[in-house]
Amino acid sequence: MNPFTTHTGQVAPLDRVNVDTDQIIPKQYLKTIHRTGLKEGLFADWRHLPDGLPDPDFFMNQPQYAHATILLTRDNFGCGSSREHAPWALLDYGIRSILAPSFAEIFYNNCFQNSILPIALEAQDIQQLFDQVYADDQVQLTIDLAAQTISTPQKSTFQFSIDPFRKQCLLQGLDAIGLTLQREKDIAGYEARRKQEAPWLFQDLCS
Amino acid sequence: MATQTLFDKIWDPHVVYEDSNGTTLLYIDRHLVHEVTSPQAFEGLKLAGRHPRRPEATLAVPDHNVPTTDRRVDIADPLSRIQIQTLEHHCADFGIPMFSMHDIRQGIVHVIGPEQGLTLPGMTIVCGDSHTSTHGAFGALAFGIGTSEVEHVLATQCLIQKRPQTMEIRVDGQLSPHCSAKDMILAIIGHIGTSGGNGYVVEYTGEAVRSLSMESRMTLCNMSIEGGARAGMLAPDETTLSYIKDRPMAPPAHLWPQAVHHWERLRTDPGATYDRIVTLHGEDIAPQVTWGTNPGMVTGVDGAVPDPRSCSDVETQDATARALDYMALIPGTPIVDINIDRVFIGSCTNSRIEDLRLAASYFKGKKVAPSVKAMIVPGSGLVKKQAEEEGLDTIFRAAGAEWRESGCSMCLAMNADMLQPGERCASTSNRNFEGRQGKGGRTHLVSPAMAAAAALTGHFVDIRHWA
Repeated sequence: MNPFTTHTGQVAPLDRVNVDTDQIIPKQYLKTIHRTGLKEGLFADWRHLPDGLPDPDFFMNQPQYAHATILLTRDNFGCGSSREHAPWALLDYGIRSILAPSFAEIFYNNCFQNSILPIALEAQDIQQLFDQVYADDQVQLTIDLAAQTISTPQKSTFQFSIDPFRKQCLLQGLDAIGLTLQREKDIAGYEARRKQEAPWLFQDLCS
Repeated sequence: MATQTLFDKIWDPHVVYEDSNGTTLLYIDRHLVHEVTSPQAFEGLKLAGRHPRRPEATLAVPDHNVPTTDRRVDIADPLSRIQIQTLEHHCADFGIPMFSMHDIRQGIVHVIGPEQGLTLPGMTIVCGDSHTSTHGAFGALAFGIGTSEVEHVLATQCLIQKRPQTMEIRVDGQLSPHCSAKDMILAIIGHIGTSGGNGYVVEYTGEAVRSLSMESRMTLCNMSIEGGARAGMLAPDETTLSYIKDRPMAPPAHLWPQAVHHWERLRTDPGATYDRIVTLHGEDIAPQVTWGTNPGMVTGVDGAVPDPRSCSDVETQDATARALDYMALIPGTPIVDINIDRVFIGSCTNSRIEDLRLAASYFKGKKVAPSVKAMIVPGSGLVKKQAEEEGLDTIFRAAGAEWRESGCSMCLAMNADMLQPGERCASTSNRNFEGRQGKGGRTHLVSPAMAAAAALTGHFVDIRHWA
């Protein structure tokens, strides 16, 4: 996994609550057996008007946000389906960090598996950032994961919290499976003990 | 010893390792796999030269893409066909048991797990699917994961987790006649909101919950995720045990007494505390109908479409106005005045034999309204067989409804079953998100009884007054 240390980028606003993963990437794009090339499906139904033309009010069709790498949005972003295609599509489009007052749990977790940093800030901080982006659509934010800060060009700084383990994994780009495999002895010991305590858990579904 | 919740009693024995920050390596007993969220995980394993640690603790089934029409015909959509073939290839390569599309045991992953006796109390169960919460009905800790975590579980049989908080949702009293577990969970989501359960594992308690059948408990736990909770569960009891006993993958006779002894301890101790408690009364719950574009946008059938101007804050006003625009609904419209074009009875929420029996009791001797197209999709091949043995298919067909093969079908419209733009559907599924059942389609979530009544009349009906 690619590490995430610091990132400076432009912000795109998506001013909606409860954005679900069915909107982030609709089902017709889930038929792929690959994890790349998914930006075609990103917000596919919201990007277009019913007649198929681009919706000029949607950030992805607005030239001023063409180079945005940070998504600014509202409460409960990523709710619904567990599809990891949602962060894959965001990443493929170039999004590296998402700022919102809150995230749905499975989506939040899926972001970390893909070097995307989801940051939960207080609602008033998110509102302040929306105000700044609406006042200046070229505003750039700098995210420093080690320091756990977001800074604006006006030198205001927002502190954010993050689980120390997740932080370490992102900073170093660690392979989570590799980390778990280092605990192989613990896992084998657990299985041996558990097989004695609860043998019905070890029935072979193949048989 | 300190008092423990049901959740504690499942979580603690599954901790392989915990570091000083509380980051936990959690052991996973059962892993369910379907064709949509697994190909990249299998590919990742192969690229890294890794192998599944316990293929024999894993069960795969294609369900999202499968056609619900004649299975002897090849799948028309090449992408769907390739995705299902890819699952077959990976399972063959890694020795993972799989029920193929032509196996009578095939069905929706969350229907077949319980049906086979694979889902047991006290287990940890995961699947690359958010409705894995369904299995919590047995007193298991069951939750949805992403594809990277599917790969993680395949490779290690473990997941890296943080201990969640606990929430008790207690429903006192009893549900009214004609109300079901679907109405209960929709009312709960309406109460706590779509993010109310974020960060929590829910335990459902109370007389109205304990009175539910095993299949109704699955309906309840299934939609925990629509309230934001990754997992919902309720303590196992006699209802649970009699459901499990003698199922093909249930503990064999020589292990049964030991397993039951173990399961009997799986209940929250008196005096144990939850991080949050929510209480509802069964008698207060009317048959529910969603009017908006998330499952929290819901009201009783005796209610009306809300007015955005009456919402408390700007964000809710905007979201409500947007939802009504998408749903083409006018504020103040009584729910019973909403006409529908389609009816879908199916999905991992409501496609089990009890759901079909209930729906059939409405359809019997009646006709689907001429303006409505109704489709009934059983949750598994075995549910279908059972329904046919009971003659339910004859009732549905005689009423003019379509009787299909099992699968996820129009719950998410990944196969050919979908709404056309503008079509309005009474659906027993779990999500009314924009475009969920087909681009431009409008979904109202309801119980099987409400869906059946809507099919027959062409609009929503307060079934408490059904003759």
